[in-house]
Amino acid sequence: MIASLGHRVNEALQRLGFAARFFVMLLLWSGQSFRRMHLTIRELYFSGFQSLLIIVVSGLFIGMVLGMQGYETLQRYGSAEALGVLVALSLVRELGPVVAALLFASRAGSSITAEIGLMKATEQLTAMDMMAVNPIARVVAPRFWGGVISMPLLAALFSTAGVFGGYLIGVVFIGVDEGAFWSQMQASVDFRYDVWSGIVKSFVFGVAVSLIAVFEGYDAVPTAEGVSSSIKSTVVQSALAILALDFVLTSFMFREA
Amino acid sequence: MSRKLLDLWVGIFVALGLAGMLFLALKVGNLSAGNFAETYPLTAKFANIGGLKVRAPVKSAGVVVGRVVDIRFDPKEYEAVVSFSIDQRYQFPKDTFALILTAGLLGEQYVGLDPGGDETMLKANDVIAKTQSAVVLESLISQFMFNKASEGQSE
Amino acid sequence: MSDDNLVEIKDLDFAYDDRPILKGISMEIPRGKVVAIMGGSGCGKTTLLRLIGGQLKPSRGDVLVDGLSVPRLRDDELYALRRRMGMLFQFGALFTDISVFDNVAYQMREHTNLPEDLIRDMVLLKLNAVGLRGAHQLMPAELSGGMARRVALARAISLDPMLIMYDEPFAGLDPISLGVIGQLIRKLNDALGATSIMVTHDIQESLQIVDYIYFMSDGKVVAMGTPDEIRASQHPFVHQFVFAQADGPVPFHYPAKPLAAELLGNGVHERS
Repeated sequence: MIASLGHRVNEALQRLGFAARFFVMLLLWSGQSFRRMHLTIRELYFSGFQSLLIIVVSGLFIGMVLGMQGYETLQRYGSAEALGVLVALSLVRELGPVVAALLFASRAGSSITAEIGLMKATEQLTAMDMMAVNPIARVVAPRFWGGVISMPLLAALFSTAGVFGGYLIGVVFIGVDEGAFWSQMQASVDFRYDVWSGIVKSFVFGVAVSLIAVFEGYDAVPTAEGVSSSIKSTVVQSALAILALDFVLTSFMFREA
Repeated sequence: MSRKLLDLWVGIFVALGLAGMLFLALKVGNLSAGNFAETYPLTAKFANIGGLKVRAPVKSAGVVVGRVVDIRFDPKEYEAVVSFSIDQRYQFPKDTFALILTAGLLGEQYVGLDPGGDETMLKANDVIAKTQSAVVLESLISQFMFNKASEGQSE
Repeated sequence: MSDDNLVEIKDLDFAYDDRPILKGISMEIPRGKVVAIMGGSGCGKTTLLRLIGGQLKPSRGDVLVDGLSVPRLRDDELYALRRRMGMLFQFGALFTDISVFDNVAYQMREHTNLPEDLIRDMVLLKLNAVGLRGAHQLMPAELSGGMARRVALARAISLDPMLIMYDEPFAGLDPISLGVIGQLIRKLNDALGATSIMVTHDIQESLQIVDYIYFMSDGKVVAMGTPDEIRASQHPFVHQFVFAQADGPVPFHYPAKPLAAELLGNGVHERS
């Protein structure tokens, strides 16, 4: 029992060490892959552009729900005008980065893992290596950077769509004063403190999710079961990493001075 | 898919994302209004700052003219040292009065600047000499009750 | 090292973790020849190719390719050496996201600054050599197994390598495709002036095209010789292999307790 626990801890630490080494290799080889910019642009298309629809639609719905729930609570205290503040702050600080990252992990992260894992299983990565083309520079780094660049853009679009959704419900349907909605929002949402922290958060999530996705693919057991279990752990680990990192970042960023 | 078409879609995606960020910065946040491009620092010492927080607004005549950037405790004089940055466009006389005020009865606290009549203006890093501390509700109540009690005794 | 040998393997040991795969292998691959390395499945043949290509590092011994010690090369030197090697993988390992044409052009675009129209001509010539010029626009998923293998072969020779390695080139092919691939291996080797190492367990096909054969079993070289010597060999392992007998030095059964003991024992599986 204890021996098997020790073995598992040992194995987990070994994997962590390999992941760290892999990350360093990835950064070292990134220079070479940036010289072939179209590789990264291609990945921006697959992980960024193709996630647009789900991100915008989800953002819109979340904003609409926030508008309805927020109004319900706020009007009891006679401060329905603060609806804009509530919607914007929840989205910009938390929901935008977190939910966009969760959606990104399941939409783009899983397919990155699947692609790299299958390339490994069909010996395409080995073949590339034998052709004197480094698979980390050619396959892994572009996918990683595509994800890292996409994530803040997607999170910003998610929040934007959400604010619009809140506006739609609050102002257009319920009839909160439009001027108060926007002016209170602008008075309470600080660029550096709220918006910028949200962007920083989504960048950190982008690094975490993309790293998990490419690493799980690269480290996949090269069989059908191996690849499918890697995809599963990409989604699970990404979700846990996003939520844990969100807690850590929030406690750093928004701690009262 | 041809590379040109792919580049086009990615370009659209990046432009949309940046537009979203711009929207958040300008329309949702207050980059346009609340953050001052050019500021100069001032400090003031208060016996008690109550619940004043970093980033609280500094207002004069109700208009936001700056923000609190730092609050420290001076261990020699047992006072709170509050630093704030003031918009370069606004100058205040040397004998300006700094007060800690509360928005509404229980709202957030902010720093109010009451300009005096001095000819010379405050420069960067100057210390505002005349200050009034925050009104602490508990001491206000105890003062009120003490007064009432002493009134009762004298009768 | 004599100049006649392109590849020399000297007393090579290799182990995955604690499991020894290769135990003291020595081989010489002469320039210009086609050499087959044969043995049953799982005897370490593919591992040997990986060691020659520098993808694995031996625990002992040395691999010399064109006078260079592969295990001791720095990464950039190794990549420079690999540009002069071609490898055909067991199931082709074509890049499935790009077309046949782009697969063959891949290394030319990665490693040379040739203009695109010259690359086009070279790719079509390579595809012509394997008889698939007409298929250059297809995607790998649209090819049959034998065609995919031929495209992979065209890709392996795209930079005119000095050494071509084949990992099970005949596995899973119908008899016609098998013959085609066999003839191509021989013809391309001679036309390019290259040297070929072929790892396979297909004895009949190999005997027709190769110059020399090494037999491996359990991580060791057990026999070697020219095709004629092999056909005449009385070595029990070779004999079993050539005549495809089920049992012999290579046992039919995976090591186990005697059947009677297992069936008539107390019926409880011991767990250690």
